[in-house]
Amino acid sequence: MAGGESPAAEPQPGGRLPRLRARGRGSREPAVHAADGAAGESSPSAMLDVRDLHIHFPTDDGLVKAVDGLSFTLDRGRTLGIVGESGSGKSVTSLGILGLYNTGNARMSGKIYLSGEDLVAADQARVRELRGSKMAMIFQDPLSSLHPYYTVGNQIAEAYLIHNKVSKKAARSHAIDLLKRVGIPQAESRIDDYPHQFSGGMRQRAMIAMALSCDPELLIADEPTTALDVTVQAQILDLISDLQQEYHSAVIIITHDLGVVAELADDILVMYAGRVAEYGSSEDVFLRPGHPYTWGLLGSMPRLDRTRVDRLLSIRGTPPSLINVPAGCPFNPRCDYAARTNGRSEKEVPALRQVGPGHLVACHLTTDEQRRIWAERDKVAS
Amino acid sequence: MTGVRDGSPGESVTAQPGQPRGNGTSSGDSLLTVTGLTKHFPVMRGIIFRRAVGQVRAVDDVSFSVAPGETLGVVGESGCGKTTTARMIVRLVEPTAGQIVFDGHDITHLRQGAMRPLRREIQMIFQDPYSSLNPRHTVGTIVGAPFRLQKVRTEKGIKRSVQELLELVGLNPEHFNRYPHEFSGGQRQRIGIARTLALRPKLIVADEPVSALDVSIQAQVINLLEDLQNELGLTYVIIAHDLSVIRHVCDRVAVMYLGNLVELANRDDLYARPRHPYTVALLSAVPSPEPVGRTADGRRERRERIRLTGDVPSPLNPPPACRFHTRCWKAQDICKTEAPPLVERPPGHLAACHFPENS
Repeated sequence: MAGGESPAAEPQPGGRLPRLRARGRGSREPAVHAADGAAGESSPSAMLDVRDLHIHFPTDDGLVKAVDGLSFTLDRGRTLGIVGESGSGKSVTSLGILGLYNTGNARMSGKIYLSGEDLVAADQARVRELRGSKMAMIFQDPLSSLHPYYTVGNQIAEAYLIHNKVSKKAARSHAIDLLKRVGIPQAESRIDDYPHQFSGGMRQRAMIAMALSCDPELLIADEPTTALDVTVQAQILDLISDLQQEYHSAVIIITHDLGVVAELADDILVMYAGRVAEYGSSEDVFLRPGHPYTWGLLGSMPRLDRTRVDRLLSIRGTPPSLINVPAGCPFNPRCDYAARTNGRSEKEVPALRQVGPGHLVACHLTTDEQRRIWAERDKVAS
Repeated sequence: MTGVRDGSPGESVTAQPGQPRGNGTSSGDSLLTVTGLTKHFPVMRGIIFRRAVGQVRAVDDVSFSVAPGETLGVVGESGCGKTTTARMIVRLVEPTAGQIVFDGHDITHLRQGAMRPLRREIQMIFQDPYSSLNPRHTVGTIVGAPFRLQKVRTEKGIKRSVQELLELVGLNPEHFNRYPHEFSGGQRQRIGIARTLALRPKLIVADEPVSALDVSIQAQVINLLEDLQNELGLTYVIIAHDLSVIRHVCDRVAVMYLGNLVELANRDDLYARPRHPYTVALLSAVPSPEPVGRTADGRRERRERIRLTGDVPSPLNPPPACRFHTRCWKAQDICKTEAPPLVERPPGHLAACHFPENS
């Protein structure tokens, strides 16, 4: 995030962005409503600015709070990695940004500014116009996201035809160029292939070509390499990184694999139970993490770049149901350090607090305690 | 384990059915010995006149052995035959050729009835905890099924045993009457593990036991598998695509590529001094959770790594001789004409390459 705006930045009456959201218990609600009421003006600098986003789904069993107060900003040319386990709200966030939830089954509130335009308030037709042209998505499973009845070329050209006034012939040659750009050999003949004739890696390349067809400002990649083998994954990660530099787009990469994030992301947002647990540059999150959940994630993965440990430092328990999110800090039932907060973990929702420049952590532990515990854990692990 | 094997894939030793006991290849110290294991699936065409038009050479001449109490890891990308190998070991897939010797018994072509007593000793953990548990059965029925099938406990004894098993894998024994949908993915995998342990097997074949689970749950299940091994003296064959998971849990590691075993070594040897170029590339492709910075001009730094081009070729028509030569940066003419033998050097480290690394 260039310029060092925090993800929790909220507009102040003066229009200046504070580095940090107002502190204090329950700060989420009042601070945001005040801001909304003030003007609803957008911050001009960031390309994507998400403020206090809530996405809730009413179900027969209760209200599923999939995303509950998420804020971040992202500029062109930068990559944000969103990390979390299943049910942490990372995919819902991406579909929410793309406007793929309708008001019939989801309740969305908050603001999503894309180049200054609020997508939550915008009508369907406008979001539809932007989707595919200014923002695009790479889905996880290329086999089920490509239509088996249409040729790959047809599907790549489709968005280009819809968003630009061009002939079919021009769209076709555009699709060939894109296929070449994403590294598909013999693009001129492969363009008439159907998805089943492509291998897994080539399908993912075709998906990327589709997403890039209108030169989007924002590219969201939801687990782009999870379905791929490790050698092909390395190829796709390189491709995404190269293309980002070429197209200078903003990229959000959503994944559960911390290795993939480290490879691509400038900034990392760790989500837990629909909320931000930690946000910072990838150096901050990997080398100086402050949230017990981030420690748990790092301790849970066996690592090839370190000496082998005898036992993984796993996180106990399971992720909470999004209908009954634990009171207080949502992570407290699984946290090994909750006892050190004198019961605050069970009662208060921890606010996102700055622990270093541009590094925010939602935890009741003091910054000193966080540093001390991490230093101990890191010593054990390496 | 033979040090050098004959180099022609697919034309290896055919097992002689009717050999009751292991034939010398299985020394007293290995629990499972697999020799020249091969599986070719025919590709059929035609509706009335079904005929084979080709063969998917899923596994070709794979040999290894597993000592009691050891964990052997099998890694490789999709289509390398690791799952087919696992399924042949537990006799869910009939091998085309080769021999499987378990605990001194040749089980390669045992009939169902003769296999049944041995099924108590070889069990399998499946990948997907959602599709490997019957949604209409309670946990008690699922975990108790092995007892009923093998008729080893009374009904009353079954309930008690099931509760003990649930406790062993870290589940609440009171959850006996619940259905699988009431559990999370990690808990379901624990139910699957409890079922596997019911008959106190000697050998457990685990096919991607943690790949469907979240990172934190993955670590819990890995720790559980290790605890159970220490407690019960289990022997594991673990199939996985994740090299870091394999390094964490396994004592020895076999690397497969397109149906061939390309390298087999002790864990520390393999990760520190890989010999086959494919292993080298595979290790180097794993993204590491160590942030990469940006250079002064804002370009993202890139890790030094070997980048394989292209995809894994189809096992329907694998490249001749060394199957890796189409993607190998060291390939020379000999790699296209002559299959490299599996050579043991240094002792205990086998690799099938004409131009091995770290030699």
